[in-house]
Amino acid sequence: MTSTAGSTRRPESLLRRFSRGERLVHRSIATLMSLCAGSAACLYFPPLAQLVGRRHLVVVVHEWSGLLLPAPVLLGLASRAFRADLRRLNRLAPYDGQWLRAVRRGTPGPRPAGKFNAGQKIYAGWIAGAVPLMTFTGLLMWFTGALPAISRASAIFVHDVTAFAIAVVVLGHIRLAYRDPEARRGMRTGSVTTAWARKNHPQWAEEPGRRRTDSSKCAPRCSGGDASSHAEGR
Amino acid sequence: MSEPESGPPIARRVMLSMLGLGAAGIAAAPFVQNGWERVLGAVSQHDPTGLSGLLPNPGGFRYYSVTASVPRKTAADYRLEIGGLVERPGTYTLGDLRALPQTRIVGEARCTDGWRVPDVPFAGVLLSDLLDAAGVRAEGRAVRFTCFDGVYTESLTLEQARRADVLIALDMLDEPLTHEHGGPVRLYVAPMYFYKSAKWLSGISVTDKVIPGYWEEYGYDVDGWLDQEA
Repeated sequence: MTSTAGSTRRPESLLRRFSRGERLVHRSIATLMSLCAGSAACLYFPPLAQLVGRRHLVVVVHEWSGLLLPAPVLLGLASRAFRADLRRLNRLAPYDGQWLRAVRRGTPGPRPAGKFNAGQKIYAGWIAGAVPLMTFTGLLMWFTGALPAISRASAIFVHDVTAFAIAVVVLGHIRLAYRDPEARRGMRTGSVTTAWARKNHPQWAEEPGRRRTDSSKCAPRCSGGDASSHAEGR
Repeated sequence: MSEPESGPPIARRVMLSMLGLGAAGIAAAPFVQNGWERVLGAVSQHDPTGLSGLLPNPGGFRYYSVTASVPRKTAADYRLEIGGLVERPGTYTLGDLRALPQTRIVGEARCTDGWRVPDVPFAGVLLSDLLDAAGVRAEGRAVRFTCFDGVYTESLTLEQARRADVLIALDMLDEPLTHEHGGPVRLYVAPMYFYKSAKWLSGISVTDKVIPGYWEEYGYDVDGWLDQEA
């Protein structure tokens, strides 16, 4: 799948986007989120509840998948690549405003973005706030009376409303991935084509460090390059 | 390595805003919850697709079962057995129960999971009538309920069981109980959370002490009074 070192004239030039550790973090979160949301649906939606039954088992799956949801992120902090991407996700670059305006107006014009576009940055921050909120309110429902100041009804209310919001947002996340096979490939294999990166993440594709790595490896006009050279360059 | 992207910490701000919104939600919940339930209830009543069942608190009942599937019982094969510490153990068919004096109670169905349905009419035989007919022996202190799903159990003290708002329900919403709602016969304990109102009731046994029911083994209160917490 990835090109071999030195083969810069392949028909498809690839950029390294995600390390093995980062992909493992994503896959673990996706699995846990599927379990958590799927079991929630079986607890909530009457036809599914009638189909599945086994309420106690479903409750246990929901509680533990939810509780473990932040674990892949915490373990991922051991990875330098993951920490670097968290830093990128956190920072709103000047061109991100342009991306947001373009998306809001639905104009076809240029949508500048670094490794992550402004939407991905907001999504990451939102879900990073929503999950602890679900953990907190979920624990209050699990251990009733742990905090007497907060009634169980209040915890359930926030848990339910936030769950609804997460369902909408995560379905949107999946829909965008479904519409872009190349983005999915980046998360599956770790690499994307340079053409895709230039179109969707131009500021990332053209980063000075990246270009220097390329030019040191191949001809001056070449800004593509193979995956392994980028792994070293980063 | 210089930072490839710099600027205000947007993700952190969004995350903290979300946490703040959650805290505000918890603080505001007691005031906004009723309105929210009313809106969802109104939506689900004018919804031919049934999709509003996906909404939180759809203003209706939800289906809970602790087993994979529950056998269906009709008037032909339904039996309610009464035994344990009683003078006259017996078995009732659905027809037997319908022939006894019926009581109608309008009460709330409130689940520990936050949904509730107000003003639900239940009708059936008072549990105290059945206990009197069977003759509770002097050492009887509590009642244990078993269900034909094969797993679920519930319990009441004898004093609770004799209350005038504890019913062996045959009708709900003035219709015969459907299978989904625990039919043909379920318990209805009006003053307690709905988990006490065991569905698919098949056995009543008088015991010398309270034997905790299914959810009570997992930490639910044995005395599930509604007024204990909001």
